[in-house]
Amino acid sequence: MLYREAGDFKTSYVADGQTFPIWFDRMRYYAVLAIAFGVIPFFVNDYYANAVLLPFLIYSIAAIGLNILVGYCGQVSLGTGAFMAVGAYAVYKLMTAFPEVNLFFHVLLAGGITAFVGVMFGLPSLRIKGFYLAVATLAAQFFLVWLFNRVPWFYNYSASGQISAPDRTVFGMLVSGPNAEAWAKYMFCLVFTVGVAFLARNLTRGMQGRQWMAIRDMDIAAEIIGVNPLRAKLMAFAVSSFFIGIAGALFFAVYLGAVEVGEVFGINKSFLVLFMIIIGGLGSIFGSFAGAAFLVLLPVLLKNVLVGGLGWPTDLAAHVEFMIVGLLIIVFLIAEPHGLAQLWRVAKEKLRLWPFPH
Amino acid sequence: MKLKLISAVVAAIVAGAPAMADLTFSALSYRTGPYAANGIPFADGYADYFTLLNERDGGIGGEKINLIECETAYNTEKGVECYESTKGSGALVYQPLSTGITYQLIPKATADGIPVHSMGYGRTSAKNGEVFSHIFNYPANYWDGASVAIKHLLDVNGGDLKGKKIALVYHNSAYGKEPIRTLEELAKKHGYELTLLPVDHPGQEQKSQWLQIRRDKPDHVLMWGWGVMNQVAIQEAVNIRYPMENFIGIWWSGSENDVLPAGDGANGYKSLTFHNTGSDFPLFADIEKYVKGAGKAAGAGDQIGTALYNRGLYAAMLAAEAAKTAQEIHKTAAITPAMMRDGMENLDITEAKMTALGLPGFGPSFKVSCQNHGGDGLTAVLQWDAAGKKWNKITDFIAPDNDVLNPLVAEDAAAYAKEAGITPACK
Repeated sequence: MLYREAGDFKTSYVADGQTFPIWFDRMRYYAVLAIAFGVIPFFVNDYYANAVLLPFLIYSIAAIGLNILVGYCGQVSLGTGAFMAVGAYAVYKLMTAFPEVNLFFHVLLAGGITAFVGVMFGLPSLRIKGFYLAVATLAAQFFLVWLFNRVPWFYNYSASGQISAPDRTVFGMLVSGPNAEAWAKYMFCLVFTVGVAFLARNLTRGMQGRQWMAIRDMDIAAEIIGVNPLRAKLMAFAVSSFFIGIAGALFFAVYLGAVEVGEVFGINKSFLVLFMIIIGGLGSIFGSFAGAAFLVLLPVLLKNVLVGGLGWPTDLAAHVEFMIVGLLIIVFLIAEPHGLAQLWRVAKEKLRLWPFPH
Repeated sequence: MKLKLISAVVAAIVAGAPAMADLTFSALSYRTGPYAANGIPFADGYADYFTLLNERDGGIGGEKINLIECETAYNTEKGVECYESTKGSGALVYQPLSTGITYQLIPKATADGIPVHSMGYGRTSAKNGEVFSHIFNYPANYWDGASVAIKHLLDVNGGDLKGKKIALVYHNSAYGKEPIRTLEELAKKHGYELTLLPVDHPGQEQKSQWLQIRRDKPDHVLMWGWGVMNQVAIQEAVNIRYPMENFIGIWWSGSENDVLPAGDGANGYKSLTFHNTGSDFPLFADIEKYVKGAGKAAGAGDQIGTALYNRGLYAAMLAAEAAKTAQEIHKTAAITPAMMRDGMENLDITEAKMTALGLPGFGPSFKVSCQNHGGDGLTAVLQWDAAGKKWNKITDFIAPDNDVLNPLVAEDAAAYAKEAGITPACK
């Protein structure tokens, strides 16, 4: 009843072209933002920030980044973990080289550096496609991890090869290091997540996004109608890596605080983010959030229910958790191969007609 | 969706939060994942000792012990989740059993005022208690291990290593890289030639490293491995017929799991240790009676007496002794993490104490102080007897070469203090 276009008149082109044309959708979006910015920071504690919200927000950024490349532009990438590592090591070098600069700019710069590296590794995409491109990005994954492990300059010659985030501030508030408050870390990541989602949504709605989708659907046809594949593909690699770099920088500086490249940014991370967008929905911003929530929050929830609630032994719970998450992935993908975002879309279609379907 | 999940998580936690017990110990264990084979015996030993104290003595100083296990699967992100969730329950001390998680907890736990006991792993320079106020790595650390290994090799070679070739096969991570600094420093002193052979996680693929060993024929091979990497390395060494008595592993490469798969070929393999193995100690009779006999053994209860089980037990014993010390210092039975830290810093393990606990000669005697959070680093060498399927201790507990190690610890601790903005001082 509430959820429908009827009666929601648009009187200008701007109003007609807005992201959420339905009033109820718009209000829901504002409500989520209001709660995220106005309510959660006052109640968040260390556990929720570090174990639930930060990983969710940061993985969402990474998933949005990968979704632009894979979901919108159709270029399969298995190098997400390595690009996150580039962001993490870039922000580490920047943080230690320029300690007085606001961390906000370091994170953005780290994203920029990752974008550059991403474009370098995106160059082969002009010649190779599909699975072959996936293998080329896999090379990036192994090469970059090897590089960060091998060259001591990247980890400032520390004996162990680990990088640790020092205390850094944003406008006088500590956001990295062990003494940062939970709400400050949360807000810092939230600002980036909302910014990235806003940017991604509007990029994909505009000319750039349409070029990407044209390339994805059929690159030869896209070229014939005037899309420059070099520009479009490299742009997708740049934007995607920029977002993934930001995610990597936040992952290291704000969330984990100490990182060992092989363990944290290994091939598993690339697969995890790829699974997020496949389960969430390729080519959907909401899908990126849903996929990140599914793969980050569900295991934590299951662990708390099985170990904390039911008092199972931890190893049994861990094994059952694998089975449940695996089973749910299969069920979701059978029920809706286009991911959680498609389920959401179908639900909205039904809601529009409710309570009087044809 | 997101809000629904969050509220569900909230509900689950509110419903599932364990009752605040008197003395809470946390075990960030890993009974699943690539390192489970090593994580299980350690976690069992750690849990069984506390169960024994609860069943036999009614806890520590009259306070019952509540042990919270949290599964990390050796994964840093899960480690963070575990740390945050157990921190809320008032855990007194952390034993992460992972160098990666330890590195993460060093700044976090220090900021939260909770001590971390990284027994024989983690950051070596945490030995300097003036810089690392809440981190303890007694009774021995990797640099002690590296130094004792070289000392043993000196003994074997008649006191001279000049011109000898020593290869280090190591897990290519923070853990495996730890001894390199010391071994390089010792190479300068003793004149041996060091070859570094990194093995990437998880270590199932080591053909090229062992091919290189077969070609270069180093006189001795040292190993810093963990999990499946150990088994593969020992098997590869057997395959190339490397003389096993010239092959020494660190204490994390010296469990039964590592040598048994190679069968008789592993006979003579050596490993370091800072505690005894086997179950010929009076305490194990109590474990049999109060824990295993009562059906309260952790896990499957089939690990009792193995090298890693004993290490878990030893870690729990040291934690319990530190808690006792803390209770004596602060004259209260219900101690807090801050008091626990004081207890750990004033811990004094003597032979008499260990005998009273039913563990005579189980580990070295040592004393912790503010300047020295690492003990004396006394380490012994074990040798595998494949026929008897047991480890034989072939040396006494040997002291490391502190003339070389102390400046290295001071240097690394100073670097950390500068990076983290800490002024070294006793707290």
